[in-house]
Amino acid sequence: MRSGRASLVMAGILSAALVAAGCGSSSGTTQTSSAAGSSAKTTEAAADTAASSGSATADSAADSAEKTSSGSAEASSAAASSGAEISGTVSTDGSTSMEKVITILSEQFQNDHPGVTVTYNPTGSSSGITAASEGSTDLGLASRDLKDDDPQGLTATTIAIDGIGIIVNPQNTLDDISLDDIAKVYTGEITNWSDLGGSDGEIVCIGREAGSGTRDGFESITGTKDACKLSQELTSTGDVIQTVANNPNAIGYASIADLNDTVKTLTVDGVAPSEDTILDGTYKIQRNFNIITNDSATLSPQAQAFFDYITSADAADLISKTGAVPVNK
Amino acid sequence: MDTAAAKRFSHPAEKIWSAVFFICGMIAIAFVLFITVFLIISGVPAIGKIGIVDFLFGTTWASTAAEPQYGILPFILTSVYGTFGAILIAVPIGLLCSIYLTKFASGRIAAVIQSAVELLAGIPSVVYGLVGMILIVPWVRETFHLPDGANLFSAIIVLSVMVLPNVISVSETALAAVPKEYEEGSLALGATYTETVFKVSVHAARSGIASAVVLGVGRAIGEAMAVMMVSGNVANMPGLFRSVRFLTTAIASEMSYSSGLQRQALFSIALVLFIFIMIITLLLNFVFKRKKD
Repeated sequence: MRSGRASLVMAGILSAALVAAGCGSSSGTTQTSSAAGSSAKTTEAAADTAASSGSATADSAADSAEKTSSGSAEASSAAASSGAEISGTVSTDGSTSMEKVITILSEQFQNDHPGVTVTYNPTGSSSGITAASEGSTDLGLASRDLKDDDPQGLTATTIAIDGIGIIVNPQNTLDDISLDDIAKVYTGEITNWSDLGGSDGEIVCIGREAGSGTRDGFESITGTKDACKLSQELTSTGDVIQTVANNPNAIGYASIADLNDTVKTLTVDGVAPSEDTILDGTYKIQRNFNIITNDSATLSPQAQAFFDYITSADAADLISKTGAVPVNK
Repeated sequence: MDTAAAKRFSHPAEKIWSAVFFICGMIAIAFVLFITVFLIISGVPAIGKIGIVDFLFGTTWASTAAEPQYGILPFILTSVYGTFGAILIAVPIGLLCSIYLTKFASGRIAAVIQSAVELLAGIPSVVYGLVGMILIVPWVRETFHLPDGANLFSAIIVLSVMVLPNVISVSETALAAVPKEYEEGSLALGATYTETVFKVSVHAARSGIASAVVLGVGRAIGEAMAVMMVSGNVANMPGLFRSVRFLTTAIASEMSYSSGLQRQALFSIALVLFIFIMIITLLLNFVFKRKKD
């Protein structure tokens, strides 16, 4: 009798495990939740948004009417008139690099509109563009501009620009590097600092792990995609900076927002990375953070409201906090 | 016997308690089953898509390339070499330390060493990684005149320190359990104390020491956090002074951004790692069984 009971229990466990495993492997969407901890800092911004919500949404509704179809303009005016009463889900899908930006913006938006849930699915820029084209997401996120071979009928709206700094150890005598030389260093064509005018020493290339947005950005701008010969692949910006700070022969890359005094930031083709040089485009290692919308589809009121918010000047401060340079000020 | 058992389960309160114990006992089985089923379900599809030979024996891992390649031989070999290297360093030191603790040290010194070993076992792996990253990696770079110190050698050093407390405590228990009569007999026959320790005590405790080694292997092969911080983490075929990636770190480093086949392949790596751990556990059971015989 006892063995019978035991086998029954085992069978139950097994079937439960099977079901759970099935569910586990199918769910891929991560949901950004509104953090209560950040509310203190953002109350001011929230008040701002609330005060100006009428005019701001109207302004950006006009903007988006120019950019997209007339259908979404109607939707946005509907959103503006309904004010804070909007509810439902806004789905975003795409670039992993934009995680910080989209998370901080959706937290703020969810605080302002408690009925709205913003989801974020980190799949990569190309997947985000495809999802926006197929209509499986409200807003696509792409940390690159649309290309000719991307699906037609899409509009990219730039909300921010991300700059990637090239860093070396403070002991390194080099101050400037050209974009070409960066590519040569990372593909192994140049292996000694003396070839670049520095002191003798084998160059140690530090990179990020596969799938990292910073790596993707760096490699696509320098034209070194899948060709980098790295000696370390690290999983965070902090690790990259720490490693470069510890190794006199190292070179690495990191988002400019995270750079500090323990490493030396090189100028690229004579231009130092700063908000100004990134905005005017003279600093080359930068990419756009774009929101991809489908021209032939009408956004839901809540998606339109979120779109209007993140493309408005109100979002600029929060975007700056993540280290990216906001374009709408 | 039967009447005693019947008496034990006759009282209603006893029945309830036996059910509670039964359920608690089953929880462990449930978790093992759950994890096994989960790993098989999520790990097998990718192996099917990639092909088991290409997966296990492919030498290139380029999961995000335009034409992705998913060969995990570099990870398997790195894990095997790294574990072997760590055991090679940790076992002799750990064994001699446990001999000192059980056979030579006076009570007070033994107590100090013992608590140091316990403390060593309790240090979180991320702290080992941090110390390795700040101290060992630059030290390896300067000592061996390398451009970069994050390589298999640094990982082996960190791993061997992490494995040390496991080896010491298990072999210490085995050595302490050796009957005094064996040693006294050996001494009475004219052997020196050192001879007695090596030829009688260690010999009598050999299965316990073997399980200490297997346990150390298990700990070393499953470690992720610390080795990730010191091994460089590039999917090269292993070399002592090359930047390498372990099975564990392959999963940990790419999981957060992965999608599609890449993510499934990471589950497949987990399955391979799980099979390794199962083999080690079976080996451990086998060693314990031999001890009983």
